Amino acid sequence: MTTPKPVLTVEHLTIRFGGLLAIDDLSFEARTGDITALIGPNGAGKTTAFNCITGFYKPDTGRMSFHHPSGETHLLERMDGFRIARAGVVRSFQNIRLFPAMSVAENLMVAQHVALQRASIFSIAGFLRLPSYLKAEREAHDKARYWLAQTGLENDADTLAGSLPYGSQRRLEIARAMCADPSLLCLDEPAAGLNPSESLALNALLKKIRDEHKISILLIEHDMSVVMQISDRIHVLEQGRLIASGTPDEIRANPDVIRAYLGVEDHDELAMVSGGQV
Amino acid sequence: MAYFLQQLINGITLGATYGLIAIGYTMVYGIIGMINFAHGDIYMIGAFISLVGFMLLAAFGITSVPLAFFLVLVFAMFFTGVYGWTVERIAYRPLRRAPRLAPLISAIGVSIVLQNFVQLSQGARVKPLQPMVHGSFQVYNDGAFQVTISYLQIMIIALTMALMVAFTLVIRYTSLGRAQRAAAQDMTMASLLGVNVDRTISITFVIGAMLAAVAGLMVTLYYGVIDFYIGFIVGIKAFTAAVLGGIGSLPGAMLGGMLIGLIEAFWSGYFSIEYKDVAAFSILVFVLIFRPTGLLGRPEIEKV
Repeated sequence: MTTPKPVLTVEHLTIRFGGLLAIDDLSFEARTGDITALIGPNGAGKTTAFNCITGFYKPDTGRMSFHHPSGETHLLERMDGFRIARAGVVRSFQNIRLFPAMSVAENLMVAQHVALQRASIFSIAGFLRLPSYLKAEREAHDKARYWLAQTGLENDADTLAGSLPYGSQRRLEIARAMCADPSLLCLDEPAAGLNPSESLALNALLKKIRDEHKISILLIEHDMSVVMQISDRIHVLEQGRLIASGTPDEIRANPDVIRAYLGVEDHDELAMVSGGQV
Repeated sequence: MAYFLQQLINGITLGATYGLIAIGYTMVYGIIGMINFAHGDIYMIGAFISLVGFMLLAAFGITSVPLAFFLVLVFAMFFTGVYGWTVERIAYRPLRRAPRLAPLISAIGVSIVLQNFVQLSQGARVKPLQPMVHGSFQVYNDGAFQVTISYLQIMIIALTMALMVAFTLVIRYTSLGRAQRAAAQDMTMASLLGVNVDRTISITFVIGAMLAAVAGLMVTLYYGVIDFYIGFIVGIKAFTAAVLGGIGSLPGAMLGGMLIGLIEAFWSGYFSIEYKDVAAFSILVFVLIFRPTGLLGRPEIEKV
């Protein structure tokens, strides 16, 4: 049996903003079915890498290949943002970007726009309420309800997204991304601002997405308790370069990582960063 | 009382057409945050295309009024929609990431281009159209004064209401409408969920242009004369209506259109017809002073 293709291959990615070399010859892989974490100190280029992968920035050089489970390969650096999303790479943002003036349910319906638009045939079938469209709409509602239940938001379907409490907004972002039917889910600091119990629930949710829905996750995270507990592989960036890759245990023991994070070689302090738990 | 009723009917008719045009302003503002100052001229184009349509039908010998009306409606909506699409494609889309002032200037440029294009190709003289829809109901008669509502007025009001209802349903309940509202709130995020934002914006312009074409057709029939310059003043008034109702808000545009129509009708009926524009624009000034977000507008929420 051959090993499956990685879901994402990034090769020699370089991007500079004026004189600042934000990402310098970055290459890494995210394996299919894994939770892959990108970590690194502030300014290491993690979010910039995300922005390149999701079509927000065009890299100066480099190639980013996304291998859809169906076997198709997409070269992300050549695609518009909305086409990348349609191909199956969906992301969330570090600062939450919901549609605040729409209800929670509608946020999830927007994420299913592509499927609904296809079913509605230039809105004609949608306007005439043809059976084929109604079926697509029913499926979209079912999917939205499913993800609301998974994220514990089932009672908030009609609430305006902007008036949800912070933790719920974070979960809604994940629910919305899942409704867009991704093969690779990119999460930019999903645990930022969550309290410890919310953060535990997030871990469970992400594991479930990986194990039950077979969706690969690429994750930027500062919260080491999240990263160390759920990641299958971790890539560490420092000043736009990859300085280490490996399993959580390997990363925890890697002297380069310790130096990058703490500026000192002290295992106790790293243990503090990692929340002291394994 | 009778006189009041008559002005009310006239005002609603006028307000319906302003409302249709105002929707175009408010939708475009809602989605890309710019005032499309060429929208009034799109309405003028719609009026001219309607006139051309009637001429063509007359040349082909189609004289049935309902049939002619229906064909011209479709014809005008289609070609005006093409104009709307083209204007967005060549004058606004390349400026999507430019500072906000750039598309505004571009819009004024488009407005001048369209006016001069029509002036050159159609001539500067006023174009007349024979009245096609005759007859009216007598609503009320107090002996001294008869209140009438013409069939044309009924048609204008009914068609406008039907379009507004249909349009509201599209925005509220279809996937296209959801995409438009989502793009209005966060264009980037909408595109990262797979919404083709460029196409959504194009469709917005096409819909706005189509509604303006309907207004153009109505006004051509109602007043019977058009010229290349009608888009300017009507456009500004529809813009006033959109601001009055709260720019970015659809019900606001419809309400604002009605109010501007009524103000104009009553002002010309009770005070002086020369000052009807002054009345309408004074309202704009007062609204901007006392309620800058309009009647149904929400204050803009700063993104943190």
